[in-house]
Amino acid sequence: MSIEWKEYAPEGEFFDEVFSSPGNPRQPAKRLISYLSSLSEDDIQSRKIAMEATIKEMGVSFTVYTEGGNIDRAWPFDMIPRVISRTQWDKTAAGLRQRLKALNMFIDDLYHDQKIIKDGIIPEFVLKQSKNYRKECEGMSPRFGVWAHICGTDLVRDKDGQFYVLEDNLRVPSGVSYMLENRSIMKRVIPEVFENVNIAPVGDYPEHLFDTLVSLSPRRVAKPVVVVLTPGIYNSAYFEHAFLAQRMGAELIEGSDLVVKDDDCVYMKTIGGLERVDVIYRRIDDLYLDPEVFLPESALGVPGLMRAWKAGNVALANAPGAGVADDKVVYAYVPDMIRYYLSEEPLIPNVETYLCYEEKQREYVLANLDKLVVKPANESGGYGMLIGPHSTKKEREEFARLIKENPRNYIAQPTLALSTAPTLIGKNKIEPRHLDLRPFVLQARDSYVTTGGLTRVAMKKGSLVVNSSQGGGSKDTWIVDTGAAKGSGKKSAKKSAAKAGQKAGGSK
Amino acid sequence: MLSKVAERVYWAARYLERVESTARLVSIYDKLLFDLPRRVNLGWYNLIVINSLEDDFNERFSVRDERNVVKFLLGDESNSSSMVNSLKAVRENIRTTRDVIPPETWELVNELTLYVQENLSGGVNRSNRHEFLDSVIKACQQIVGLWFVNMPRDAAWEMMRLGQNLERADMTTRNLDAGVAAILQVEDDDFAVNARQIIWGNVLRSLNAEQPYRRAARSSIKGPIVVNYLISDEFFPRTLNYCVGEMLTVASNLPQNKPVVAVLKKLQKDVPAAAEADSLGEEFRDTLNSLQMSLGDLHSVIGTTWFMSEPV
Repeated sequence: MSIEWKEYAPEGEFFDEVFSSPGNPRQPAKRLISYLSSLSEDDIQSRKIAMEATIKEMGVSFTVYTEGGNIDRAWPFDMIPRVISRTQWDKTAAGLRQRLKALNMFIDDLYHDQKIIKDGIIPEFVLKQSKNYRKECEGMSPRFGVWAHICGTDLVRDKDGQFYVLEDNLRVPSGVSYMLENRSIMKRVIPEVFENVNIAPVGDYPEHLFDTLVSLSPRRVAKPVVVVLTPGIYNSAYFEHAFLAQRMGAELIEGSDLVVKDDDCVYMKTIGGLERVDVIYRRIDDLYLDPEVFLPESALGVPGLMRAWKAGNVALANAPGAGVADDKVVYAYVPDMIRYYLSEEPLIPNVETYLCYEEKQREYVLANLDKLVVKPANESGGYGMLIGPHSTKKEREEFARLIKENPRNYIAQPTLALSTAPTLIGKNKIEPRHLDLRPFVLQARDSYVTTGGLTRVAMKKGSLVVNSSQGGGSKDTWIVDTGAAKGSGKKSAKKSAAKAGQKAGGSK
Repeated sequence: MLSKVAERVYWAARYLERVESTARLVSIYDKLLFDLPRRVNLGWYNLIVINSLEDDFNERFSVRDERNVVKFLLGDESNSSSMVNSLKAVRENIRTTRDVIPPETWELVNELTLYVQENLSGGVNRSNRHEFLDSVIKACQQIVGLWFVNMPRDAAWEMMRLGQNLERADMTTRNLDAGVAAILQVEDDDFAVNARQIIWGNVLRSLNAEQPYRRAARSSIKGPIVVNYLISDEFFPRTLNYCVGEMLTVASNLPQNKPVVAVLKKLQKDVPAAAEADSLGEEFRDTLNSLQMSLGDLHSVIGTTWFMSEPV
């Protein structure tokens, strides 16, 4: 018995990524579904087991802080990929580039002339009360005027099938290693399907990241020293830090491996003595970077690092202070920023956002807490949110109080009808589950967008929370070119080659 | 190369060597006890003594029987050099050096960890012990083989070799000491010659040295010849002489090597003298003990020279 795909019922009001109606896969997913339909229940089951073993052996893990010492929770993964057509993706990628470009111009403007405030596009107090504005960065001019070199934008699809930007993550966005590992898991577990579908590869991200980082080097040397700065093995993204360092051939270091000397240069402690460092891809939050300037008790950072950065002797990616644009109130102004700096219309819209500091909008929010999602302006990881339709009266009262106390710190958005995709539940059932998408965008002199991104899926029925720390899983994301499927000629050539090989072997 | 990474590669290699040698030690001992005459009073507890773990063991167990000793050596969480803890240390060091070690290492270590987790109880019980230990040893050899064929001969390689050879030198002295300690318990009677042969044969096998010994020494198994071979043979890669020579070559390739090279040169002088022991008694045990101390000193000089650790 195989899976009954005909019985898969995308729920009416949501956009389903794979099926346009029961029994009808969307064009880019047709070959995938016809392949999956050919698998028996046992096939599916044995592949699922193989997949879980693969994940353990590959050591793809993440850490949940609430689990105490366990830093090896296996990565939750669903084997049915999410499919997007090439044409739609290309448009989306252009929109992501446009957005990051404007955001970087905004950050650079904020730390210099603040024209956007003077011209009345963004009110001054938004900036004044931003937790992530760093006075220490005023007047700094990082190379290419770029502050946020690596960005992990969260996209969602609403019921109209349109992508919306939900969040810009400009501080230390994570997840890209899982995007890459998801693809290698799929290649191991269901290799056959890759022969028949034109799936765009995703593996070149580390190359682009490396080139981006190298281009930031303040020293014009042939081989700048690039390092990945991690808080250490107990950080939830340590797996990713090690993974990226390995794929880039960069050193993976912790704060204690670095020193800043009197010449304001950064050095790492090597077996041959001190060696100068040019570019630091830091995966540590601003406030922990340098105890001389920020939190004096931080042991994760490097004393003097800000001094070295300000003297232009080391590049930091992302630059300190870039997180100012990560504020969810600032987010509401991004479409205006794109118009202001680029004189273009935004290619990807924002999710409608209510700013609680504006009286009328606040009144609307307070009156409709049961329908809205309320988010604090500066949290990440899905913490500190109120999801109206799933909330209790007590929670709503609590949020009403919080909003009134500190309106600048809260925004609200309508509860989105997040799109769904078929997900394997239990042994052989396929059910719709909600998901989002986090592509990664790089910018230095040029910009780059990953092919697709990390698809996160809420494994619980009806849930909208996709964060892996809160029971979310993930799927491989396929950008499929429907124009030209791989010909069958190639396949048969392969087969005959294999036969010839067998013969040669046999005659020995 | 980053000092911290150098240190972790060094420890990864040491611990991997320790996993393998612990597995072999238990597996060989098992067979030794079957062969010895009953009247030779050699217990499992001897393995605890070899590894200088008496205090830790006695804190944990009161009965010095096979089950407790094997459990303590293989699976005990409180024994920092038990096989599972050594393996854990390998994994943590590999996790944090994935940028300089062949990437497949991470997967192999994960596979081994999963295997040990699932099969440990069978290894502690006698029934599946052989198969279990054999699989562990093979998995370790697979990793070392991977390094050997794939690692660039750069600083990470040298650090790996340094850790591996230091651990081996240490293990060889411990095994020799164990041999002497066992011999001293053999009563001088009709069975003595036979018992001595069994014990020294066991020492050779614990170090995977039986066949190379026979080919090189061209002698049946005799205490002084075995001791001489395991200390001073220049070809077998677990003899003290060989390990010290390797470390000297490795150290010479690394930067700022003077203090380490000096310690190694002194060791190279001391080692052959040890092989000329007249009698294999307490005096020889003292010699072995002082060699072990020198290896400990070598470790701390390596630390201050390359790992930027504070002098002990």
